[in-house]
Amino acid sequence: MPQPLQIVVCAGIVPDPLQTLEPATSPSGPAIKNEMVLPAVLDPWAASALYEAAALAAKNPSKLYLVSLGPKAKLQQVMMTVAQKVAFELVPIDGPIGGFPDAHSTSAILADTIAAIPGLDRTRLLVFGGWESASRGAGVTLQLVGERLGITDQFQGVDAITLRDDGSFEVLERVEGGKHQVSICAGPPAVLGWATGNLPEPRNNPQIGMSNMRTMMPALQRAKTTALDSTTLRYVSVSLPKQQRETRIEKNMTPDSIAAELVAWIGKDS
Amino acid sequence: MGTLAIPETKTMLTLPGDPIRQILWRFADRFDLQMLVQSARGVARGTVARLVAAGERNTHEWTAAKDDMLDAFDRAGITAAFMEPEEGGFITGPKNLALGLAAFELAWVDGGAATASLAGFLALSPIHERGTQQQVTRYKTLSAPPQPGEDRKPWRGAFALTEPIPYVGVDTGMLSGKVRVADWKNGAEPILQVEKRGRFITGIAFANFVTAAVNSDDGRLKGSCVVILEETDPGTFDRGTATKKLVHQLSSTGDPVFNLLVPASRIVGGYTVKDGVIVPNFNHTEIIDAVFRRTRVPVGLMTAAKLLSAVEPVVRYQRQRFRGAEGARPGSVRYEQGIQQREDALHRLVDVWATGEAASSLGFAAARLFDELDPLEKQKTAILAERGVSGGRAEMKALKESEQRAIELLKLKPGSPRRTELESDPLVQYVLKDAEANVLCPATKLWNTGHGANMMREAVSLMGGYGITEDCPGFLANKWMDAQLEATYEGPEAVQRRQLTVTMTSDVFLAEFANWTTEMRRIASSRPGTGACTLASAMNLWAWSLNYLQHATDPTGSKLYHGQRQGVTFALADALSWLVASRSQILDVVELETRGAADAVAAEGLAGTVQFLSDLCHTQAAQAAGEVSRICAELVFGYTRHPSWDEQEHRNCFLAAELEELEETMPGIMAMAVDVLQPDGSHPAKAGPCAGCAGSSEFLRLQSKLTTCLTGARLAKDRAADTVSKVMIPEALDYPAAGPA
Repeated sequence: MPQPLQIVVCAGIVPDPLQTLEPATSPSGPAIKNEMVLPAVLDPWAASALYEAAALAAKNPSKLYLVSLGPKAKLQQVMMTVAQKVAFELVPIDGPIGGFPDAHSTSAILADTIAAIPGLDRTRLLVFGGWESASRGAGVTLQLVGERLGITDQFQGVDAITLRDDGSFEVLERVEGGKHQVSICAGPPAVLGWATGNLPEPRNNPQIGMSNMRTMMPALQRAKTTALDSTTLRYVSVSLPKQQRETRIEKNMTPDSIAAELVAWIGKDS
Repeated sequence: MGTLAIPETKTMLTLPGDPIRQILWRFADRFDLQMLVQSARGVARGTVARLVAAGERNTHEWTAAKDDMLDAFDRAGITAAFMEPEEGGFITGPKNLALGLAAFELAWVDGGAATASLAGFLALSPIHERGTQQQVTRYKTLSAPPQPGEDRKPWRGAFALTEPIPYVGVDTGMLSGKVRVADWKNGAEPILQVEKRGRFITGIAFANFVTAAVNSDDGRLKGSCVVILEETDPGTFDRGTATKKLVHQLSSTGDPVFNLLVPASRIVGGYTVKDGVIVPNFNHTEIIDAVFRRTRVPVGLMTAAKLLSAVEPVVRYQRQRFRGAEGARPGSVRYEQGIQQREDALHRLVDVWATGEAASSLGFAAARLFDELDPLEKQKTAILAERGVSGGRAEMKALKESEQRAIELLKLKPGSPRRTELESDPLVQYVLKDAEANVLCPATKLWNTGHGANMMREAVSLMGGYGITEDCPGFLANKWMDAQLEATYEGPEAVQRRQLTVTMTSDVFLAEFANWTTEMRRIASSRPGTGACTLASAMNLWAWSLNYLQHATDPTGSKLYHGQRQGVTFALADALSWLVASRSQILDVVELETRGAADAVAAEGLAGTVQFLSDLCHTQAAQAAGEVSRICAELVFGYTRHPSWDEQEHRNCFLAAELEELEETMPGIMAMAVDVLQPDGSHPAKAGPCAGCAGSSEFLRLQSKLTTCLTGARLAKDRAADTVSKVMIPEALDYPAAGPA
């Protein structure tokens, strides 16, 4: 039977993907227009990591932490939903919102916070996070967190982890062509950047939420305020991919000919 | 760099989100309620929305898919919201606000889903309010969702009061359901035979137990009571046929038939035996009064939710209406603003939005009030029981002194030393809250659902032909139709008006109302943009009119304010409902302005949000003032017979020759006289000499003041309309529209 693990999930918050996201210039650089007022959700990639971590902890009793950087009032709002999903201990960091801070600054704060978690056994540590991000993902934050913590076994695009009785684990990482690369890791510590995993979003359970909230609210009140260094990175241009809409009113085409035209149009891009 | 600079503005940036709502509706410090909201929202915009989109409303029968919705309620904690933690719940203390919030979230998508969740609570409510401890423990524990490790289906309940016509419906006293003593062995529990036919009973398709109102048909059992029936009791438990409703199809409704043998311990609240007669501790009227005054509030909130839920789809439709057309190029006003170029479209949406805000404010104020009242009511019952007082009439008599003390408290100046003594008296506090609740509850049910249904029609009309199709985003046509049921069930509009007829004339309430009027003037002095002054003037006019009508008679000498004279009393009840809704809306915005800055998320763009919501308050206050002015004028003047051109009335008119003479001594009098008879006896072409009315000068003074108090109301509406044309909305609705599943 594997030994208990210490799983730390790094997860940011992002605007609800349904919201209108419009780049804007703020005094501190690029921003999303009205981002503070928009409803936020846990970054969906990191959320997959959290649900996978909770499933792993259920199979192999482990301590589960969620380390999250964002404005604490906003974090509190997001936690009203996330806390109902799975049991975890929140380690909040009161900091700026948005996908534009420098990944190096962000990873430094995350690594320092993880290292400072009381009683954390780093030999049993698995650091989870999103492989990508629904905000402007730099794609390197999680790797940098691992490097700063001295963790050299790192996996990205993870869809599954299977613990073995000898303490080692098997990891499936996404590779080209819809295939997975299978790796065997001797054991923790390791960093796993999750793709979507295999688990559905757990249903809300207010009783889990009430239980989480007993430690979460004091943690949010105690959260340290951190300013990220914004002087090292300069953005030349920021834009969102624009959705294309081409409307044409056709009254005399048959369904078959409409379908044929659509197939031809799709085929042009492939 | 393809970005916009963030402008410094006082315009509301986005639709009000959770942080704003939590402050407005006073649950910013209740994370249990915040979680319930998120949980209920997940079910509403997930499971429920998919059911509606897939056409599950097109069947009257209870289906497996609809049954899954109940499981989703259980898993999300909605069912458990009614229970205490020791019964399997997670919310401690009174739960009126909690149930109101859950109903609001579900009705945001579908009213039937909200009703399905409320129906279970309604079945449990008689037991919760008046049941014995044993009954409470048994049925609430059985109804709680399974805990981790438990493998059981939770029990579902139905509340059976309504019977086939001509029996109980609008008049809850006309029971045909019967209970008799079937067997009563010496020293043993009596066995009762219960016969009851129900009509339009919600939740009956899956109910494991029913709380049924019945009358005694046996000299050995006194009066009426509510009994608990279980599906496994010996006899007939026939669920009947499904009602062919045109609305709320996600709730189960049917006409059941029961003929069952049950032990007397199933009488809700228990019984005592006096002189060989079983006397229920509570008759059915006492129980349903306690139940309905609480469960009616969430129904009013359901309609409020529909109105607010209509805003986003209507804005999106209006803005995108012309996109794709040749003449609407991106960047053009036609492309960007669509129908929102037109003032009328914006103004009508402002009216819908303002009504939704006022209805929500009123409903949540009522729900919070019941949360405060619940413990006070228990305290009152305990205190009076210690004094040997129990039962409806005896309690009312015993509380007379407390009512006088409550009125004294309301009239005391701030800082009076007697204030502390009176404020710490739980009976005084109970009387105050009770008087307020007795008005806010029926006003919520009446105004939110009745006027709300009218405004849902307006919302549907703003979508054009699209509004009355199944494809309409936000299911607006369903919501419009559903609102009519919400105005009807759990006591139709006439029942609410009848209750208000009595409760709005209570001395305690009228003293509170006078203080509310002063409070509105005080708010107006520091926040003139809220319309509080307009509202205070309308409140003055209503109070004056009520007092006048309570003492006035019609030309036959009959009293005008009388229970049977519903043309007077019901109209005044309607007018009052407009006032209390507008007042609640203003108080909520004041709360937001006061507390918003302390919340980091709400503080962002707070000034713009407060400005917009204040403009909605002003718009709504003006609407309320107009309604009150119209209703009161009609009542004050409408019961005086109009003078006619007969001989007697001619004596009060000037003769033309007489006027000419007077003109020599009083120049200008000819211009002022309107009722002048010519030498040939002819008179001006109108119904008769102009009418006067005893006391009319004071009414006209108040009405004239009210009219001038409307100053600025349309400017507020213009500002609100401007915000509606600019506010940022999400790219898409967060729940599906109808279409292939």
